[in-house]
Amino acid sequence: MRSTILEYEISKVVEMAKEGKRLDGRKADEMRKLTIETGFAGNAEGSARVRLGETEVVAGLKMLTGVPYPDSPNEGSISIGAELLPLANPDYESGPPSMVEVEIGRVVDRGIRESKAIDFSKLCIREGELSWIGFIDFYAINSDGNIFDAGAIAALLCFMQGKIPKLDEKDKIIKGEFTGKLELKRLPILTTFVKVGGTILLDPTYIEEKAAEARFSVSTTEDGFMAAMQKGIGGSFKAGEIDEMIEKAFEVGKGVRAKISKL
Amino acid sequence: MSKKGEEIPDYKKDKKRVDGRKMDELRPLSIKVGVIPNANGSAYVEWGQNKVYATVYGPREALPKHTQNPFKAVVKATYRMAAFSVPDRKNPRPNRRDQEISKVLSEALEKSVFVEQFPNTEISVFVEVIDSNAGSRVACLVAASVAMADAGIPMRDLISATGVGKAFNEIILDLNKEEEDAPDAVDVPLGILPNSDEIVLLQMDGLLTKEEWKKVIALGIKGCKQVYEIQKNALKEKFELGNVSESDDSGNALEKKKETGKKMKEEKGKEKIKERSEKEKKVKK
Repeated sequence: MRSTILEYEISKVVEMAKEGKRLDGRKADEMRKLTIETGFAGNAEGSARVRLGETEVVAGLKMLTGVPYPDSPNEGSISIGAELLPLANPDYESGPPSMVEVEIGRVVDRGIRESKAIDFSKLCIREGELSWIGFIDFYAINSDGNIFDAGAIAALLCFMQGKIPKLDEKDKIIKGEFTGKLELKRLPILTTFVKVGGTILLDPTYIEEKAAEARFSVSTTEDGFMAAMQKGIGGSFKAGEIDEMIEKAFEVGKGVRAKISKL
Repeated sequence: MSKKGEEIPDYKKDKKRVDGRKMDELRPLSIKVGVIPNANGSAYVEWGQNKVYATVYGPREALPKHTQNPFKAVVKATYRMAAFSVPDRKNPRPNRRDQEISKVLSEALEKSVFVEQFPNTEISVFVEVIDSNAGSRVACLVAASVAMADAGIPMRDLISATGVGKAFNEIILDLNKEEEDAPDAVDVPLGILPNSDEIVLLQMDGLLTKEEWKKVIALGIKGCKQVYEIQKNALKEKFELGNVSESDDSGNALEKKKETGKKMKEEKGKEKIKERSEKEKKVKK
Protein backbone atom coordinates (compact mmCIF):
# COMPACT_ATOMS: atom_id res chain seq x y z
CA MET A 1 0.00 0.00 0.00
CA ARG A 2 2.67 2.40 1.12
CA SER A 3 4.85 1.62 -1.86
CA THR A 4 1.92 2.21 -4.23
CA ILE A 5 1.39 5.70 -2.82
CA LEU A 6 5.13 6.30 -2.97
CA GLU A 7 5.27 5.20 -6.61
CA TYR A 8 2.41 7.53 -7.45
CA GLU A 9 4.02 10.47 -5.69
CA ILE A 10 7.33 9.82 -7.42
CA SER A 11 5.72 9.86 -10.87
CA LYS A 12 3.82 13.01 -9.90
CA VAL A 13 7.07 14.70 -8.80
CA VAL A 14 8.75 13.83 -12.10
CA GLU A 15 5.79 15.12 -14.10
CA MET A 16 5.68 18.40 -12.20
CA ALA A 17 9.45 18.88 -12.31
CA LYS A 18 9.36 18.75 -16.10
CA GLU A 19 7.31 21.96 -15.92
CA GLY A 20 9.58 23.41 -13.25
CA LYS A 21 7.02 22.88 -10.48
CA ARG A 22 7.32 21.08 -7.15
CA LEU A 23 4.93 19.12 -4.96
CA ASP A 24 5.24 21.55 -2.05
CA GLY A 25 4.77 24.63 -4.25
CA ARG A 26 8.39 25.79 -4.09
CA LYS A 27 10.31 27.16 -7.04
CA ALA A 28 13.02 24.87 -8.42
CA ASP A 29 15.79 26.97 -6.82
CA GLU A 30 14.01 27.71 -3.56
CA MET A 31 15.21 26.42 -0.20
CA ARG A 32 12.90 25.31 2.60
CA LYS A 33 12.64 27.26 5.84
CA LEU A 34 15.74 26.83 7.98
CA THR A 35 15.49 26.98 11.77
CA ILE A 36 18.33 26.38 14.18
CA GLU A 37 18.69 25.82 17.88
CA THR A 38 21.94 25.34 19.76
CA GLY A 39 23.31 24.15 23.08
CA PHE A 40 20.51 21.78 24.13
CA ALA A 41 22.76 18.87 25.14
CA GLY A 42 24.39 19.50 28.50
CA ASN A 43 26.77 16.57 28.12
CA ALA A 44 28.15 17.64 24.74
CA GLU A 45 30.86 20.23 24.00
CA GLY A 46 28.56 21.71 21.38
CA SER A 47 25.13 20.74 20.08
CA ALA A 48 22.65 21.84 17.47
CA ARG A 49 19.18 21.05 16.20
CA VAL A 50 18.58 22.01 12.58
CA ARG A 51 15.24 21.94 10.79
CA LEU A 52 14.98 22.25 7.04
CA GLY A 53 11.29 22.20 6.29
CA GLU A 54 10.14 19.00 7.95
CA THR A 55 13.61 17.47 8.03
CA GLU A 56 15.05 17.56 11.53
CA VAL A 57 18.63 16.72 12.50
CA VAL A 58 20.36 16.81 15.89
CA ALA A 59 24.14 16.92 16.22
CA GLY A 60 26.58 16.95 19.09
CA LEU A 61 30.33 17.35 19.56
CA LYS A 62 32.47 15.33 21.96
CA MET A 63 36.14 16.27 22.34
CA LEU A 64 38.38 13.28 23.05
CA THR A 65 42.14 12.92 23.31
CA GLY A 66 44.10 10.58 21.12
CA VAL A 67 47.51 9.88 19.67
CA PRO A 68 48.23 11.92 16.51
CA TYR A 69 48.67 10.06 13.24
CA PRO A 70 52.34 9.24 12.57
CA ASP A 71 52.29 11.25 9.31
CA SER A 72 51.04 14.39 11.06
CA PRO A 73 52.46 14.29 14.59
CA ASN A 74 51.61 17.93 15.34
CA GLU A 75 47.95 17.81 14.34
CA GLY A 76 44.65 16.83 15.88
CA SER A 77 41.68 15.64 13.87
CA ILE A 78 37.93 15.52 13.47
CA SER A 79 35.53 12.70 12.78
CA ILE A 80 31.97 13.11 11.55
CA GLY A 81 29.38 10.36 11.42
CA ALA A 82 25.80 10.37 10.21
CA GLU A 83 23.01 8.09 11.31
CA LEU A 84 19.57 7.73 9.77
CA LEU A 85 17.65 6.61 12.82
CA PRO A 86 14.75 4.25 12.22
CA LEU A 87 12.61 6.68 14.19
CA ALA A 88 13.06 9.28 11.44
CA ASN A 89 11.35 7.48 8.57
CA PRO A 90 9.30 4.30 8.09
CA ASP A 91 11.83 3.16 5.46
CA TYR A 92 14.88 3.33 7.71
CA GLU A 93 16.11 0.25 9.55
CA SER A 94 18.41 -0.26 12.51
CA GLY A 95 21.75 -1.90 12.01
CA PRO A 96 25.36 -1.12 11.23
CA PRO A 97 25.94 2.06 9.16
CA SER A 98 24.56 1.64 5.66
CA MET A 99 26.40 2.89 2.57
CA VAL A 100 24.03 5.85 2.40
CA GLU A 101 24.95 6.87 5.95
CA VAL A 102 28.65 6.44 5.28
CA GLU A 103 28.41 8.67 2.22
CA ILE A 104 26.48 11.42 4.05
CA GLY A 105 28.97 11.39 6.92
CA ARG A 106 31.98 11.54 4.65
CA VAL A 107 30.64 14.31 2.41
CA VAL A 108 29.82 16.47 5.44
CA ASP A 109 33.23 15.64 6.93
CA ARG A 110 35.09 16.61 3.76
CA GLY A 111 33.16 19.85 3.38
CA ILE A 112 34.41 21.03 6.76
CA ARG A 113 37.83 19.34 6.86
CA GLU A 114 38.98 20.39 3.39
CA SER A 115 37.87 24.00 3.85
CA LYS A 116 40.65 24.25 6.48
CA ALA A 117 38.10 25.96 8.70
CA ILE A 118 39.66 24.27 11.70
CA ASP A 119 43.40 24.61 12.20
CA PHE A 120 44.35 21.04 13.09
CA SER A 121 47.74 22.12 14.41
CA LYS A 122 45.93 24.01 17.17
CA LEU A 123 44.35 20.73 18.26
CA CYS A 124 47.79 19.31 19.07
CA ILE A 125 48.52 19.05 22.79
CA ARG A 126 52.03 17.50 22.73
CA GLU A 127 53.72 16.74 19.44
CA GLY A 128 53.59 13.06 18.55
CA GLU A 129 51.98 12.16 21.83
CA LEU A 130 48.60 13.70 22.41
CA SER A 131 46.05 15.67 20.42
CA TRP A 132 42.34 16.48 20.36
CA ILE A 133 39.87 14.64 18.18
CA GLY A 134 36.50 16.30 17.67
CA PHE A 135 33.80 13.67 17.27
CA ILE A 136 30.59 14.90 15.68
CA ASP A 137 27.66 12.54 15.53
CA PHE A 138 24.51 13.63 13.85
CA TYR A 139 21.17 11.90 13.70
CA ALA A 140 18.13 12.27 11.48
CA ILE A 141 15.13 12.69 13.78
CA ASN A 142 12.55 13.29 11.07
CA SER A 143 13.69 12.69 7.54
CA ASP A 144 12.11 14.60 4.69
CA GLY A 145 15.15 14.63 2.45
CA ASN A 146 18.43 16.53 2.26
CA ILE A 147 20.06 15.16 5.38
CA PHE A 148 23.32 16.27 3.71
CA ASP A 149 22.74 20.01 4.11
CA ALA A 150 20.88 19.87 7.41
CA GLY A 151 23.65 17.66 8.84
CA ALA A 152 26.42 19.89 7.51
CA ILE A 153 24.87 22.99 9.07
CA ALA A 154 24.32 21.16 12.36
CA ALA A 155 27.92 19.90 12.40
CA LEU A 156 29.26 23.37 11.68
CA LEU A 157 27.14 24.88 14.46
CA CYS A 158 28.59 22.31 16.89
CA PHE A 159 32.15 23.27 15.94
CA MET A 160 31.25 26.96 16.28
CA GLN A 161 30.33 26.37 19.93
CA GLY A 162 33.14 23.82 20.41
CA LYS A 163 34.53 24.05 23.93
CA ILE A 164 37.93 22.51 24.62
CA PRO A 165 37.98 20.58 27.92
CA LYS A 166 40.68 21.05 30.54
CA LEU A 167 43.12 18.20 31.20
CA ASP A 168 44.54 17.20 34.58
CA GLU A 169 48.20 16.33 35.11
CA LYS A 170 47.52 12.72 34.02
CA ASP A 171 45.95 13.94 30.74
CA LYS A 172 42.48 12.96 31.86
CA ILE A 173 39.59 15.23 30.89
CA ILE A 174 38.22 17.25 33.80
CA LYS A 175 34.46 17.23 33.34
CA GLY A 176 32.75 20.59 33.22
CA GLU A 177 35.95 22.65 32.94
CA PHE A 178 37.21 24.19 29.74
CA THR A 179 40.35 25.98 28.58
CA GLY A 180 38.98 27.66 25.49
CA LYS A 181 36.99 27.41 22.32
CA LEU A 182 37.62 26.03 18.87
CA GLU A 183 38.43 28.66 16.30
CA LEU A 184 36.84 28.55 12.89
CA LYS A 185 38.53 30.42 10.09
CA ARG A 186 35.76 29.87 7.59
CA LEU A 187 32.14 28.76 7.56
CA PRO A 188 31.77 26.19 4.75
CA ILE A 189 28.13 25.58 3.76
CA LEU A 190 27.09 22.42 1.95
CA THR A 191 24.41 22.81 -0.71
CA THR A 192 22.69 19.88 -2.38
CA PHE A 193 20.73 19.62 -5.62
CA VAL A 194 18.97 16.80 -7.45
CA LYS A 195 17.97 16.42 -11.05
CA VAL A 196 14.38 15.28 -11.56
CA GLY A 197 12.80 15.03 -14.98
CA GLY A 198 15.67 17.05 -16.42
CA THR A 199 15.10 19.94 -13.98
CA ILE A 200 17.52 20.86 -11.23
CA LEU A 201 15.94 21.19 -7.80
CA LEU A 202 17.59 22.80 -4.76
CA ASP A 203 17.15 21.28 -1.30
CA PRO A 204 15.25 18.10 -2.30
CA THR A 205 12.54 16.50 -0.16
CA TYR A 206 12.41 12.76 0.53
CA ILE A 207 10.13 12.08 -2.44
CA GLU A 208 12.27 14.26 -4.71
CA GLU A 209 15.36 12.29 -3.66
CA LYS A 210 13.51 9.07 -4.51
CA ALA A 211 12.55 10.50 -7.90
CA ALA A 212 16.04 11.88 -8.62
CA GLU A 213 18.18 10.81 -11.56
CA ALA A 214 21.30 12.43 -10.14
CA ARG A 215 22.46 14.33 -7.07
CA PHE A 216 25.14 16.97 -6.60
CA SER A 217 26.51 18.54 -3.41
CA VAL A 218 29.06 21.32 -3.12
CA SER A 219 30.55 23.03 -0.08
CA THR A 220 31.25 26.74 -0.45
CA THR A 221 33.07 29.27 1.73
CA GLU A 222 32.63 33.01 2.23
CA ASP A 223 35.97 33.80 0.53
CA GLY A 224 35.00 32.20 -2.76
CA PHE A 225 36.37 28.66 -2.41
CA MET A 226 34.67 25.36 -3.01
CA ALA A 227 35.86 22.87 -0.40
CA ALA A 228 34.25 19.62 -1.51
CA MET A 229 31.98 18.24 -4.18
CA GLN A 230 30.10 15.02 -4.58
CA LYS A 231 28.04 13.71 -7.42
CA GLY A 232 25.73 10.95 -6.25
CA ILE A 233 23.42 8.18 -7.52
CA GLY A 234 23.16 7.22 -11.20
CA GLY A 235 22.45 9.77 -13.90
CA SER A 236 24.61 12.61 -15.10
CA PHE A 237 25.05 16.38 -15.28
CA LYS A 238 26.40 18.56 -18.06
CA ALA A 239 29.23 20.99 -17.27
CA GLY A 240 26.83 23.88 -17.77
CA GLU A 241 24.48 22.46 -15.16
CA ILE A 242 27.32 22.06 -12.70
CA ASP A 243 28.31 25.71 -13.21
CA GLU A 244 24.74 26.77 -12.63
CA MET A 245 24.54 24.80 -9.40
CA ILE A 246 27.86 26.15 -8.12
CA GLU A 247 26.67 29.70 -8.79
CA LYS A 248 23.47 29.02 -6.86
CA ALA A 249 25.37 27.27 -4.04
CA PHE A 250 27.44 30.39 -3.34
CA GLU A 251 24.24 32.42 -3.12
CA VAL A 252 22.57 29.90 -0.78
CA GLY A 253 25.73 29.65 1.30
CA LYS A 254 25.74 33.40 1.82
CA GLY A 255 22.18 33.37 3.14
CA VAL A 256 22.72 30.42 5.45
CA ARG A 257 26.01 31.85 6.74
CA ALA A 258 24.34 35.16 7.58
CA LYS A 259 21.79 33.24 9.61
CA ILE A 260 24.16 30.99 11.56
CA SER A 261 26.94 33.51 12.15
CA LYS A 262 24.55 35.61 14.24
CA LEU A 263 24.67 32.94 16.95
CA MET B 1 30.21 13.28 41.50
CA SER B 2 31.10 14.12 45.08
CA LYS B 3 34.74 15.10 45.00
CA LYS B 4 37.23 13.84 47.55
CA GLY B 5 37.44 15.96 50.64
CA GLU B 6 33.90 17.19 50.26
CA GLU B 7 31.45 16.03 52.87
CA ILE B 8 28.90 13.46 51.76
CA PRO B 9 25.39 14.89 52.21
CA ASP B 10 22.99 13.29 54.68
CA TYR B 11 19.41 13.85 53.59
CA LYS B 12 18.01 12.79 56.99
CA LYS B 13 19.73 15.84 58.51
CA ASP B 14 19.67 18.22 55.54
CA LYS B 15 15.95 17.84 54.75
CA LYS B 16 16.89 19.03 51.25
CA ARG B 17 18.45 17.39 48.21
CA VAL B 18 21.61 18.39 46.35
CA ASP B 19 19.57 20.13 43.67
CA GLY B 20 17.24 21.76 46.20
CA ARG B 21 14.28 19.43 45.63
CA LYS B 22 12.09 17.92 48.31
CA MET B 23 12.41 14.15 48.90
CA ASP B 24 9.19 13.40 47.00
CA GLU B 25 9.60 15.95 44.23
CA LEU B 26 10.03 15.16 40.53
CA ARG B 27 12.41 17.08 38.29
CA PRO B 28 10.63 19.42 35.84
CA LEU B 29 8.88 17.26 33.23
CA SER B 30 7.47 18.47 29.93
CA ILE B 31 5.95 16.39 27.13
CA LYS B 32 5.22 17.38 23.55
CA VAL B 33 3.07 15.13 21.36
CA GLY B 34 3.28 14.66 17.60
CA VAL B 35 6.72 16.20 17.03
CA ILE B 36 7.84 13.86 14.22
CA PRO B 37 5.54 14.17 11.19
CA ASN B 38 6.80 11.00 9.47
CA ALA B 39 5.75 8.76 12.34
CA ASN B 40 2.31 7.38 13.12
CA GLY B 41 2.78 8.65 16.65
CA SER B 42 5.57 10.56 18.37
CA ALA B 43 6.55 12.43 21.52
CA TYR B 44 9.42 14.52 22.87
CA VAL B 45 10.11 14.47 26.58
CA GLU B 46 12.34 16.74 28.62
CA TRP B 47 12.74 15.48 32.17
CA GLY B 48 15.38 17.34 34.12
CA GLN B 49 18.40 17.20 31.85
CA ASN B 50 17.09 14.10 30.03
CA LYS B 51 15.87 14.72 26.51
CA VAL B 52 14.33 11.88 24.53
CA TYR B 53 12.39 11.34 21.34
CA ALA B 54 9.97 8.47 20.84
CA THR B 55 8.17 7.35 17.71
CA VAL B 56 5.70 4.60 16.90
CA TYR B 57 5.38 3.04 13.45
CA GLY B 58 2.66 0.50 12.83
CA PRO B 59 1.00 -1.83 13.32
CA ARG B 60 2.88 -2.90 10.17
CA GLU B 61 3.92 -6.22 8.69
CA ALA B 62 6.39 -7.94 11.00
CA LEU B 63 9.63 -8.71 9.17
CA PRO B 64 11.48 -11.05 8.93
CA LYS B 65 8.46 -13.33 8.71
CA HIS B 66 9.47 -15.73 11.48
CA THR B 67 8.98 -12.93 14.01
CA GLN B 68 5.25 -12.85 13.24
CA ASN B 69 2.83 -14.16 15.81
CA PRO B 70 -0.54 -15.34 14.42
CA PHE B 71 -2.31 -14.40 17.68
CA LYS B 72 -1.00 -10.96 18.47
CA ALA B 73 1.09 -7.99 17.43
CA VAL B 74 4.73 -7.95 18.42
CA VAL B 75 5.76 -4.78 20.24
CA LYS B 76 9.39 -4.06 19.45
CA ALA B 77 11.03 -1.16 21.22
CA THR B 78 14.54 -0.03 20.35
CA TYR B 79 16.38 2.09 22.90
CA ARG B 80 19.38 4.06 21.73
CA MET B 81 21.63 6.80 23.02
CA ALA B 82 23.25 9.48 20.88
CA ALA B 83 27.06 9.42 21.07
CA PHE B 84 27.06 12.90 22.64
CA SER B 85 24.34 12.24 25.20
CA VAL B 86 26.72 11.14 27.97
CA PRO B 87 29.79 12.80 29.56
CA ASP B 88 32.18 10.36 27.82
CA ARG B 89 31.42 9.74 24.15
CA LYS B 90 29.29 6.62 23.81
CA ASN B 91 30.22 4.06 21.20
CA PRO B 92 27.37 4.26 18.67
CA ARG B 93 27.08 0.48 18.50
CA PRO B 94 24.23 -0.87 20.66
CA ASN B 95 25.72 -2.39 23.81
CA ARG B 96 24.32 -4.92 26.27
CA ARG B 97 22.69 -2.20 28.35
CA ASP B 98 20.84 -0.81 25.31
CA GLN B 99 19.63 -4.28 24.41
CA GLU B 100 18.38 -5.03 27.90
CA ILE B 101 16.53 -1.72 28.15
CA SER B 102 14.98 -2.29 24.71
CA LYS B 103 13.71 -5.63 25.95
CA VAL B 104 12.16 -4.42 29.20
CA LEU B 105 10.57 -1.44 27.43
CA SER B 106 9.04 -3.74 24.78
CA GLU B 107 7.61 -6.00 27.44
CA ALA B 108 6.18 -3.13 29.46
CA LEU B 109 4.56 -1.56 26.40
CA GLU B 110 3.09 -4.86 25.25
CA LYS B 111 1.02 -5.07 28.42
CA SER B 112 -0.56 -1.67 27.76
CA VAL B 113 -1.69 -2.41 24.19
CA PHE B 114 -4.50 -4.63 22.89
CA VAL B 115 -1.97 -6.67 20.91
CA GLU B 116 -4.47 -9.43 20.17
CA GLN B 117 -6.28 -7.09 17.76
CA PHE B 118 -3.37 -7.02 15.30
CA PRO B 119 -2.10 -10.52 14.59
CA ASN B 120 1.03 -10.99 12.45
CA THR B 121 2.05 -7.35 12.77
CA GLU B 122 4.78 -5.45 14.50
CA ILE B 123 4.37 -2.20 16.39
CA SER B 124 7.80 -0.59 16.16
CA VAL B 125 8.77 1.83 18.87
CA PHE B 126 12.02 3.78 18.61
CA VAL B 127 13.37 5.84 21.48
CA GLU B 128 16.44 8.02 21.14
CA VAL B 129 18.17 9.71 24.06
CA ILE B 130 19.91 12.91 23.01
CA ASP B 131 20.86 14.16 26.47
CA SER B 132 20.90 12.23 29.73
CA ASN B 133 21.21 12.57 33.47
CA ALA B 134 19.91 9.47 35.31
CA GLY B 135 16.47 8.07 34.60
CA SER B 136 16.60 8.05 30.82
CA ARG B 137 14.82 4.71 30.51
CA VAL B 138 11.76 5.86 32.44
CA ALA B 139 11.72 9.07 30.39
CA CYS B 140 11.75 6.84 27.31
CA LEU B 141 8.89 4.72 28.58
CA VAL B 142 6.82 7.81 29.36
CA ALA B 143 7.52 9.18 25.88
CA ALA B 144 6.89 5.85 24.14
CA SER B 145 3.54 5.36 25.83
CA VAL B 146 2.35 8.84 24.88
CA ALA B 147 3.56 8.24 21.30
CA MET B 148 1.58 4.98 21.27
CA ALA B 149 -1.59 6.89 22.22
CA ASP B 150 -0.74 9.51 19.59
CA ALA B 151 -0.57 6.74 16.98
CA GLY B 152 -4.16 5.85 17.83
CA ILE B 153 -3.34 2.29 18.86
CA PRO B 154 -6.00 0.81 21.17
CA MET B 155 -4.60 0.71 24.69
CA ARG B 156 -5.64 -0.57 28.10
CA ASP B 157 -4.01 2.40 29.74
CA LEU B 158 -1.05 4.74 29.42
CA ILE B 159 2.16 3.73 31.14
CA SER B 160 3.44 6.17 33.69
CA ALA B 161 6.95 5.70 34.96
CA THR B 162 9.50 7.27 37.24
CA GLY B 163 12.76 6.57 38.95
CA VAL B 164 12.59 6.07 42.72
CA GLY B 165 15.01 4.76 45.30
CA LYS B 166 17.39 5.66 48.03
CA ALA B 167 20.41 7.91 48.29
CA PHE B 168 22.27 9.71 51.07
CA ASN B 169 20.32 7.87 53.76
CA GLU B 170 16.79 8.73 52.60
CA ILE B 171 14.07 7.36 50.32
CA ILE B 172 13.70 9.74 47.39
CA LEU B 173 11.79 10.16 44.15
CA ASP B 174 13.37 10.62 40.69
CA LEU B 175 17.10 10.31 41.41
CA ASN B 176 19.53 12.54 39.52
CA LYS B 177 23.03 11.51 38.49
CA GLU B 178 24.69 12.73 41.67
CA GLU B 179 22.23 10.75 43.77
CA GLU B 180 22.59 7.69 41.56
CA ASP B 181 26.34 7.79 42.28
CA ALA B 182 25.85 8.06 46.06
CA PRO B 183 27.62 5.34 48.09
CA ASP B 184 24.30 3.91 49.35
CA ALA B 185 22.35 4.50 46.13
CA VAL B 186 19.44 2.27 45.20
CA ASP B 187 17.83 2.92 41.85
CA VAL B 188 14.40 1.53 41.02
CA PRO B 189 12.99 2.33 37.57
CA LEU B 190 9.25 1.82 37.98
CA GLY B 191 6.45 1.83 35.40
CA ILE B 192 2.76 1.27 36.13
CA LEU B 193 -0.63 1.32 34.46
CA PRO B 194 -1.92 4.20 36.56
CA ASN B 195 -5.61 3.26 36.53
CA SER B 196 -5.09 -0.27 37.81
CA ASP B 197 -1.74 0.16 39.59
CA GLU B 198 -0.35 -2.84 37.69
CA ILE B 199 3.42 -2.77 37.62
CA VAL B 200 4.81 -3.25 34.11
CA LEU B 201 8.42 -2.13 34.60
CA LEU B 202 10.48 -2.84 37.66
CA GLN B 203 14.22 -3.07 38.08
CA MET B 204 16.47 -2.51 41.05
CA ASP B 205 20.16 -2.16 41.84
CA GLY B 206 21.32 -1.76 45.42
CA LEU B 207 20.52 -2.84 48.95
CA LEU B 208 17.12 -2.25 50.56
CA THR B 209 15.41 -3.60 53.67
CA LYS B 210 11.79 -4.75 53.54
CA GLU B 211 10.62 -1.63 55.36
CA GLU B 212 12.51 0.61 52.98
CA TRP B 213 11.09 -1.26 49.99
CA LYS B 214 7.54 -0.56 51.14
CA LYS B 215 8.31 3.14 51.31
CA VAL B 216 10.04 3.05 47.92
CA ILE B 217 7.15 1.42 46.09
CA ALA B 218 4.55 3.69 47.72
CA LEU B 219 6.54 6.80 46.82
CA GLY B 220 7.15 5.46 43.29
CA ILE B 221 3.46 4.88 42.62
CA LYS B 222 2.68 8.35 43.94
CA GLY B 223 5.30 9.77 41.56
CA CYS B 224 3.90 7.81 38.60
CA LYS B 225 0.46 9.30 39.24
CA GLN B 226 1.97 12.79 38.97
CA VAL B 227 3.63 11.80 35.69
CA TYR B 228 0.26 10.43 34.48
CA GLU B 229 -1.39 13.83 34.89
CA ILE B 230 1.34 15.47 32.79
CA GLN B 231 1.00 12.77 30.11
CA LYS B 232 -2.77 13.24 29.93
CA ASN B 233 -2.42 17.00 29.66
CA ALA B 234 0.12 16.66 26.84
CA LEU B 235 -2.27 14.46 24.86
CA LYS B 236 -5.22 16.75 25.55
CA GLU B 237 -3.17 19.69 24.32
CA LYS B 238 -2.80 18.07 20.94
CA PHE B 239 -6.26 16.57 20.48
CA GLU B 240 -8.71 18.64 22.49
CA LEU B 241 -7.73 22.01 21.10
CA GLY B 242 -7.75 20.72 17.55
CA ASN B 243 -3.98 21.06 17.25
CA VAL B 244 -3.83 18.12 14.89
CA SER B 245 -0.69 18.25 12.79
CA GLU B 246 -1.11 19.04 9.12
CA SER B 247 0.44 15.81 7.98
CA ASP B 248 -2.58 13.86 9.27
CA ASP B 249 -5.28 13.55 6.68
CA SER B 250 -8.51 14.80 8.14
CA GLY B 251 -10.24 11.43 8.37
CA ASN B 252 -7.43 10.00 10.41
CA ALA B 253 -7.37 13.03 12.66
CA LEU B 254 -11.08 12.76 13.32
CA GLU B 255 -10.68 9.12 14.22
CA LYS B 256 -7.89 9.99 16.58
CA LYS B 257 -10.02 12.63 18.22
CA LYS B 258 -12.82 10.15 18.67
CA GLU B 259 -10.45 7.66 20.18
CA THR B 260 -9.06 10.03 22.75
CA GLY B 261 -12.59 11.20 23.47
CA LYS B 262 -13.63 7.62 24.08
CA LYS B 263 -10.63 7.03 26.28
CA MET B 264 -11.40 10.05 28.37
CA LYS B 265 -15.04 9.02 28.67
CA GLU B 266 -13.93 5.60 29.79
CA GLU B 267 -11.71 7.16 32.38
CA LYS B 268 -14.52 9.33 33.65
CA GLY B 269 -16.76 6.26 33.74
CA LYS B 270 -14.19 4.39 35.79
CA GLU B 271 -13.92 7.26 38.21
CA LYS B 272 -17.67 7.37 38.61
CA ILE B 273 -17.81 3.65 39.29
CA LYS B 274 -15.10 4.04 41.89
CA GLU B 275 -16.92 6.89 43.55
CA ARG B 276 -20.13 4.94 43.58
CA SER B 277 -18.56 1.83 45.10
CA GLU B 278 -16.89 3.95 47.75
CA LYS B 279 -20.21 5.58 48.61
CA GLU B 280 -21.82 2.18 48.86
CA LYS B 281 -19.10 1.02 51.20
CA LYS B 282 -19.66 4.04 53.40
CA VAL B 283 -23.39 3.40 53.47
CA LYS B 284 -22.82 -0.20 54.46
CA LYS B 285 -20.60 0.89 57.30
